[in-house]
Amino acid sequence: MPSRVYQTEAIVIKRNKFGEADRLLTLYTPGFGKIRAIAKGAMRPGSKLGGNVELLTYSLLMLARGRNLDIITQAQTIDNFIELKDNLELISCSFYITELIDSFTEENVEDQALFSLLLNTLRDLSTNKESARILRYFEIHLLDHLGYRPQLGKCTGCGRQLQPEVNYFSPSHGGAVCRECGYPDINARILSVNALKVLRYWQQCDNATAAKVKLNHELSKELKSAMREYIKYILEKQLKSIDWLDELNADYRK
Amino acid sequence: MNLDFLPVAKPISKLIEELNKLPGIGPKSAQRLAYHLLQAPAEKSRDLAEAILGIKENLKLCSSCLNITDRDPCSICNDETRDTTKICIVEEPIDIMPLERTKKYRGLYHVLHGVISPSDGIKPEDLHIRELLNRLSSAEVTEVILATNPNLEGEATSMYIQRLIAPLGIRITRLARGLPFGGDLEYADDITLSRALEGRQEM
Repeated sequence: MPSRVYQTEAIVIKRNKFGEADRLLTLYTPGFGKIRAIAKGAMRPGSKLGGNVELLTYSLLMLARGRNLDIITQAQTIDNFIELKDNLELISCSFYITELIDSFTEENVEDQALFSLLLNTLRDLSTNKESARILRYFEIHLLDHLGYRPQLGKCTGCGRQLQPEVNYFSPSHGGAVCRECGYPDINARILSVNALKVLRYWQQCDNATAAKVKLNHELSKELKSAMREYIKYILEKQLKSIDWLDELNADYRK
Repeated sequence: MNLDFLPVAKPISKLIEELNKLPGIGPKSAQRLAYHLLQAPAEKSRDLAEAILGIKENLKLCSSCLNITDRDPCSICNDETRDTTKICIVEEPIDIMPLERTKKYRGLYHVLHGVISPSDGIKPEDLHIRELLNRLSSAEVTEVILATNPNLEGEATSMYIQRLIAPLGIRITRLARGLPFGGDLEYADDITLSRALEGRQEM
């Protein structure tokens, strides 16, 4: 018989109110993937769970199996990403990251690598603060991991080798397409040589090496729109946190 | 839930159905309440019905602080003994009650009616932030106290408002974040404890 209680590390990616003072948490764990659990009384001041199960906290949890949802009985923070929580831009980026994870994953599907990617991304955000590069790297590797790896070597339309010239990125083809194939595709966007190079490079390098690429404003914008279009095409919806992210950036520049 | 299958008269099943929609009231509690009302004197039911209608018909938002009130301006905004140079910003009307209970604050309030929550699609435009800026530009306010909840959305909202108000040169303060009374150091989370250390006071 499986034990009634179990222990796991988890990152809190979403939380809703539940009853009077309880919280319904969506957790991402290394061993069980996405799970949902109840934190009893977490909204009361003085709750021993309280800050240990706050959104975007990496904690060690003890859970008791419930009939429908498991109940958190103990919580100890491992990392609370405090630098990230003191910065409005970084908070907003993390909302986007957690919404991506939540939209792309199903409950109870174990994925150790995705957990590491999420954890490293949040750590990276709180120390490096280069949000544009970190978000793109996260998107590319998230897609890669889930089987939506954009094809960037050959044209996904005709299969020919892509030339070092301006090509297109087509969400419906799932990758880069050459001029001839991209031109008639209404969803395809222009992809510059540099953007293609950066995408290819990031697809195969690790996080630390990815940080060596310095993006200028134009390139950053191009990569952002290509990835967003592709994600929107796969999820068939626009993520809610994107509007806010854009609005905040626009406000900031004013 | 449609309860037409219940072997009871239509008005009763209708009442059970409506009660069942209230938070925390399950089907059994709804049945018990319905039968209780059935046996209670008619005026009791009328009082209850009127009280329920009353909150919809007579209540509105205060034009100044956006608290829920039966007359405009609300009793707090209308109170001449209150300090009009301070505005305390809260998320919901219900947050005013605990602050008033402390009897430590004599300034005015401003209710946002929500917090910025990108994952629920709630953006600054959905909150009453514009009204706040209008108030600040016209009145002689010297201090704005941010009293949003000490969680991620509350913090994000406070940071956003702080950024908007900063150019006006008004003093902006945030409620202290520290240990709750009756709490226990052993169970305090790291953020709370580090904030409590930062904000420690001379004894």
